[in-house]
Amino acid sequence: MKTIYILWLRQLKRYFRSKSRMIGSLAQPLFFLLSLGYGFGPVFKQAGEGNYIQFLVPGIIGMSIIFTSIFSGMEIIWDRQFGFLKETLVAPVSRFNIMIGRTIGGATVATLQGTLVLLISFLIGFKPMNWSLIPVAIVVMLLSALLFTAMGTAIASKLDDMQGFQLIMNFLVMPLFFLSGAIFPLASAGILGKIANFDPLSYGVDALRSLLSGITHYGLATDFGILAIITIAFLALGSYFFSKIQI
Amino acid sequence: MSEIIEVKNLTKKFGDFVAVDDISFEVNKGEIFAFLGPNGAGKSTTIKMLTTLLTPTQGTLTLDGHSVMKDSNAVRHSFGIVFQDPSLDDELTAYENMDLHGVLYRVPKALCKERIKQLLTLVELWDRKDNYVKEFSGGMKRRLEIARGLLHHPKILFLDEPTLGLDPQTRNHMWSYINDLNKSEGITVFFTTHYMEEAERIAGRIAIIDHGKIIASGTATELKSKTNTKSLEEAFLALTGKVIRDEEVGKVDRMRMMHSAWTKK
Ligand SMILES: Nc1ncnc2c1ncn2[C@@H]1O[C@H](COP(=O)(O)OP(=O)(O)OP(=O)(O)O)[C@@H](O)[C@H]1O
Ligand SMILES: [Mg+2]
Repeated sequence: MKTIYILWLRQLKRYFRSKSRMIGSLAQPLFFLLSLGYGFGPVFKQAGEGNYIQFLVPGIIGMSIIFTSIFSGMEIIWDRQFGFLKETLVAPVSRFNIMIGRTIGGATVATLQGTLVLLISFLIGFKPMNWSLIPVAIVVMLLSALLFTAMGTAIASKLDDMQGFQLIMNFLVMPLFFLSGAIFPLASAGILGKIANFDPLSYGVDALRSLLSGITHYGLATDFGILAIITIAFLALGSYFFSKIQI
Repeated sequence: MSEIIEVKNLTKKFGDFVAVDDISFEVNKGEIFAFLGPNGAGKSTTIKMLTTLLTPTQGTLTLDGHSVMKDSNAVRHSFGIVFQDPSLDDELTAYENMDLHGVLYRVPKALCKERIKQLLTLVELWDRKDNYVKEFSGGMKRRLEIARGLLHHPKILFLDEPTLGLDPQTRNHMWSYINDLNKSEGITVFFTTHYMEEAERIAGRIAIIDHGKIIASGTATELKSKTNTKSLEEAFLALTGKVIRDEEVGKVDRMRMMHSAWTKK
């Protein structure tokens, strides 16, 4: 238990001490919100889809969660490069606990990040449908964050060096984000909407949208069910790969 | 005396390259054992296999009665290690690095605090305890690694070139501290070094490894009389030859990797 706590704390310390990372990871969603929100707002309205900001904010929260989580999960690559990973791998604690501590830490950071984006969105005119559902939305953020941190951990456990990192960001995270319905409605997207069914982020974004803006594609129960199952699957996969790391 | 480390027919291959070639040896409980050899001989690779970080290609390893491969969780309870390469968290302070180690190894809180103070004082970092490790010099980091490795008192202590880059004062302090630990708590010490006088002074028994094979072992006196030499350094040179090893291979490889990383884009 204390192992999990100390490794969780370590992830948080690393996050709060890296100001550039905090600012950088807030600037990106803000940039998306402003440019897409104001750029596409009128078109969206004309198409009869309603207020685009209300639609977009949950998607951008999802974006900030997926980027921050996968990045946190993949921090293992840094730890391997700088050597700290060895220190944890030889310690007399189960590798499962190590992986869980790191993952919950990374997911907490991503959830904080998502919550910050939500707060910022109030400033640009986002109105949550029901204030009392915001805690539930934060639970959804945490669940999605666990999923993607575990995914990052699973991938990073299999990579030996930094080179893979850009590759993953460009060829996995970007498509997951763009295909998730974070920025466009899945119902009217034809084949893209079908592909989105295979993207775990779709369900996270849909759940957030359902809770924050009252718009849903799959229905909240489906979202929760699928998110929970995939999260457990990736936690299992991530801890398995993590337990097999060799230095 | 009973064996606490048993290595039988241990082999490690990286692709076609044989880094450790069918070695066998034992270390007795309470012994200080030096594992010497030229650069690239296979010392660190052996230590990595003993400490569950690498899976051997062949052979059996037993630590304190547990099979290293089958029972790695139990094995991890019985040793501590100071690595040759850095293994600190640069974004944490010296104290936080120590404290994290204390939690991972379940050192009781009060004892942990006391030892952290004692060890950081020993390596003269107590007044820098709240500085981030990234602000430390190479030698200071090294000293912190050693202090951290001594925080919990395991049955077996692995030290992979612990004194690399340290000034003579710190080296002396460190060895006398380790000697005391060995005497008072019976901790078995397994270490590597390139300072032959250090090995001669500290180690009970010595094994010399070259090109992945153990070529000699025994006390310093035995090795000297076997080779008809006056110091361990001469004995070492007589056994391993005077050719300089291609220790730079690693560095060149790394540069090549970096280069391809840049050009791949
Ligand atoms: N991960 C790896 N992949 C490929 N080759 C490796 C790997 N690790 C070590 N080697 C090779 O195995 C050999 C033994 O390396 P090792 O690190 O055990 O040497 P060493 O005895 O500790 O040397 P030094 O005194 O320089 O620390 C070297 O030739 C090294 O290049
Ligand atoms: Mg070495």
